[in-house]
Amino acid sequence: MTTTDTLADVATSASALRRFLHGLPGVDQVGAEERAARLAARSVKATAKAFALDLAVSMVDLTTLEGQDTPGKVRALCAKAARPDPSDPAAPRVAAVCVYPDLVATAKRALAGSGVRVASVATAFPSGRAARAVKIADVEYAVAAGADEVDMVIDRGAFLAGDYLALYDEIGAVKEACGGAHLKVILETGELVTYDNVRRASWLAMLAGADFIKTSTGKVQPAATLPVTLVMLEAVRDFRAAVGRQVGVKAAGGIRAAKDALRYLVVVNETAGPAWLTPALYRFGASSLLNDLLMQRQKLATGHYAGHDYVTED
Amino acid sequence: MAVFEYAPAPESRAVVDIASHYGLFIGGEFVESEDGKPFKSVNPATEEVLAEVTGAGPRDVDRAVRAARAAYEKVWGPMSGADRAKYLYRIARIVQERSRELAVLESLDNGKPIRESRDVDLPLVAAWFFSYAGWADKLGYAGFGPDPRPLGVAAQVIPWNFPLLMLAWKIATALACGNTVVLKPAETTPLTALAFADICRQAELPAGVVNIVTGAGGTGQALVSHGGVDKVAFTGSTEVGRQIAGSLAGTGRRLTLELGGKAANVVFEDAPLDQAVEGIVNGIFFNQGQVCCAGSRLLVQESVYDEVLGRLKRRMATLRVGDPLDKNTDVGAINSPAQLARIRELSEVGEAEGAERWSAPCAMPERGYWFPPTLFTGVTQAHRIAREEIFGPVLSVLTFRTPAEAVDKANNTPYGLSAGVWTEKGSRILWMAQRLRAGVVWANTFNKFDPASPFGGYKESGYGREGGRHGLEAYLAH
Amino acid sequence: MPTDNGSERVEVRKAYKLYIGGAFPRSESGRSYPVSDARGRFLANAALASRKDARDAVAAAYKAWPGWSARTGYNRDQILYRIAEMLEGRRDQFAAEVAAAEGLSRARAAAQVSAAIDRWVWYAGWADKLAQVLGAGNQVSGPFFNFSVPEPAGVVAAVAPRSSSLLGLVSVVAPVIVAGNACVVLAAEDRPLPAVSLAEVLATSDLPGGVVNILTGAVAEVAPWLASHFDVHGLDLAGVEDPALAADLERAAAGNLKRVLLPEREPDWTADPGLTRMRAFLEIKTVWHPVGI
Repeated sequence: MTTTDTLADVATSASALRRFLHGLPGVDQVGAEERAARLAARSVKATAKAFALDLAVSMVDLTTLEGQDTPGKVRALCAKAARPDPSDPAAPRVAAVCVYPDLVATAKRALAGSGVRVASVATAFPSGRAARAVKIADVEYAVAAGADEVDMVIDRGAFLAGDYLALYDEIGAVKEACGGAHLKVILETGELVTYDNVRRASWLAMLAGADFIKTSTGKVQPAATLPVTLVMLEAVRDFRAAVGRQVGVKAAGGIRAAKDALRYLVVVNETAGPAWLTPALYRFGASSLLNDLLMQRQKLATGHYAGHDYVTED
Repeated sequence: MAVFEYAPAPESRAVVDIASHYGLFIGGEFVESEDGKPFKSVNPATEEVLAEVTGAGPRDVDRAVRAARAAYEKVWGPMSGADRAKYLYRIARIVQERSRELAVLESLDNGKPIRESRDVDLPLVAAWFFSYAGWADKLGYAGFGPDPRPLGVAAQVIPWNFPLLMLAWKIATALACGNTVVLKPAETTPLTALAFADICRQAELPAGVVNIVTGAGGTGQALVSHGGVDKVAFTGSTEVGRQIAGSLAGTGRRLTLELGGKAANVVFEDAPLDQAVEGIVNGIFFNQGQVCCAGSRLLVQESVYDEVLGRLKRRMATLRVGDPLDKNTDVGAINSPAQLARIRELSEVGEAEGAERWSAPCAMPERGYWFPPTLFTGVTQAHRIAREEIFGPVLSVLTFRTPAEAVDKANNTPYGLSAGVWTEKGSRILWMAQRLRAGVVWANTFNKFDPASPFGGYKESGYGREGGRHGLEAYLAH
Repeated sequence: MPTDNGSERVEVRKAYKLYIGGAFPRSESGRSYPVSDARGRFLANAALASRKDARDAVAAAYKAWPGWSARTGYNRDQILYRIAEMLEGRRDQFAAEVAAAEGLSRARAAAQVSAAIDRWVWYAGWADKLAQVLGAGNQVSGPFFNFSVPEPAGVVAAVAPRSSSLLGLVSVVAPVIVAGNACVVLAAEDRPLPAVSLAEVLATSDLPGGVVNILTGAVAEVAPWLASHFDVHGLDLAGVEDPALAADLERAAAGNLKRVLLPEREPDWTADPGLTRMRAFLEIKTVWHPVGI
């Protein structure tokens, strides 16, 4: 596709960046959806299923992003994140807990020593409609409170208006504000609408320094879909081929069933490749998904279908 | 790095009940042969014998033709279109009801992955009967006159690559138009046709409307040359099609042929590359490449050659070859030792002629007939593998510089069944579609079929169309 | 016609030659054969086409076909109509030739010529309508735009009817070319003169050279070369009356799977032609494209 050298130049001007993004191969919607549907028909059984369920649990960013969130709610969520299945100590812990910035400190305390990371949404989540300074302050606050990961939202307005360089700069500024925290860039694909836009936004975010690209805030429908995730996985795959850096993908919103999670893992496996099958490079942004994964784990272990009263609700 | 291997996920064989022996389906019942010899149908993935099947002799064929004639004259010909439609709808419904059983049986007998028999073949079989059922009482609106008449008895010989689907294409159309049929399935894949005979009985289709005679080439020859048939329809190799066309000369019998191909799949530099790669893979590895309309010649614009080839190889490496009944299998078994030998022979010719061979790294079962997904680079129009139909999972890769060159190369073949075009530029798609000499042009897609969509070839890929309103023409007097 | 000095004027006769690639060559073989009227009186020597003339005619047709098929329907419509206009202006000549060839009265011959002219007009109008009548928009069950269009099969070789030297010829040639095919037609063997005169009409009607090529000669000698030629895509056996020859030609045509139109038993060239002759040499092309954003 492109060599590292030429990629170094692509954001030197608005026109260069535009030329590059619009020079990416198009995405045919029908073909992409057909491919995703075909991968979704894979059958994951027995040992492969046990492996995949555990992997999926370990990839969950257990999320609460509500106006009614309280320290109590977040503490409960953190307990669940560290020990998802009280009846089974072998159940892996989740990857992270994802909260609003003002609850980062609470989560951080609750998760101390657990190995579960704290992710904070930022940059005027979910709309991204605020002044740059406010967005940066939002990030700095979260990082100062101890966030290990920052989930920023892109300015979809800027993207749709074709103001790619402004968006590039903004992501760069956020990246800088993150310091050592990992930056996930939420594309909000439901507002970008076309897969062509998703591919361009993916590249834009990666070029600007994203550690992860993330589908959705969960506040807009549609949120994560299999084909949109497929397109993003193709982007990280191609980005690595071009630049050598591996960027992660997070599918967030709308993934509630273990069966669906396994389909995402199949798509990861066969698109980006097995190198992405790690919480360091693939995440599910979800809340209710975790319990279904746990119930499926229990079913595999016991041989009978699990009950809702045998997993914890917080 | 984690290793995510899918455990075996075999579809259950228990849904299928294969008899040890099958007779011929003539006049509404299974009968024993008068002058034929039995033969065995084998699972190409395991070499296990599935059943003993009857090879119909000339007397058997004659019996079948007479049964079809009687049914045509006494029952099916005089029947109203509306009533014929109801029988076809019944068949469509029973196919849907028994769809999983038929899919498993097809995969067992043919070697194709259950994913394809389940998700492609069987849904299309049902759709074909459903769609043509609706034509039976509307023929006067099809553009062949106000009251088009059937031809009579149709002799239909079908291939082994889509056994039940080809049966559906042939029988649904013939019956909708008011003809009766004697159908000969391929020697290596007779079982779903015999299961279809049972479906005819469940539907209480009048006896003799559908007759199934199993056997090898001799049975087919006896059928197509039988003086009592009014119409011959053949799907298979161009060589046999040519012989049939020659042998019917002077008889006045109507003939339609759906024959071989060597389709070009043309990828421009502005193609949606990930979907194009999927289309290339689907074009040549669908059904192990044993598809007359397979995109067996990849024409890539030179400016994206390296990129397309890199992506293609990476994708081919993810293809899962093996047990056709495993739901995760992408590429199944080659249908027969004879076909495997032909694929091997032409691949060796490709190497001998200097093309560079690359096969996807994949483990293959020890028993059964297997060939890895393979591509040849450095192929030119002068190579035999760019000209002859291989009918296997072997792709020849060529390059071009301009649209006109792509068209010239694509059309430079005696075949003309299908072609593919990949570009995001709309006007170029239409420019290409106008110039490609092929009966089906798939633009930004490949290997799509539908009962409402006419299918058939130019030039030596045969004549006549199957599907849609155009498909009716082959079975109506006009 | 008496001349001034009272003697009969010696008329200028026409040399009847072949029509290949828009030119009027003699047979490359140098051969000719005498043509008589219906009562056996000598009319003219016609060129006796050879295997090589057939080859040249096919080459001319093969060359002309892409350009002809790429023209708009409206353009082909006008050119076929132009042929009718040209023919109309030479009604008397054709009536005389048809009368001589077929042994008809002048009135009946004139009626044949009128019918031939009208046939050109009828077929002309089809040029821009075939795609609508024979094509289709196909409602497939998926997100695809799918349509079918008729396209010319390519080069069609035809044996013109023996019985109807002009109307039959026109009835065979017009449906072939209106759809964009190019044509090599073997004129009625013993009544070839109206065909050669028609060539003169075609040559002055804006019809590109090579779209119609007219050979005169022995059907049994030339037709097999046309039937077996691999640059020929279709074969119309309208004028082959010998069933054994027809079967041989059909067999030869199977070599490259030509589309073959078999001779009718008792053709009525004055009847409504219908779509059959056009449909016989049209391919249906179906194009799929995804519908998405």
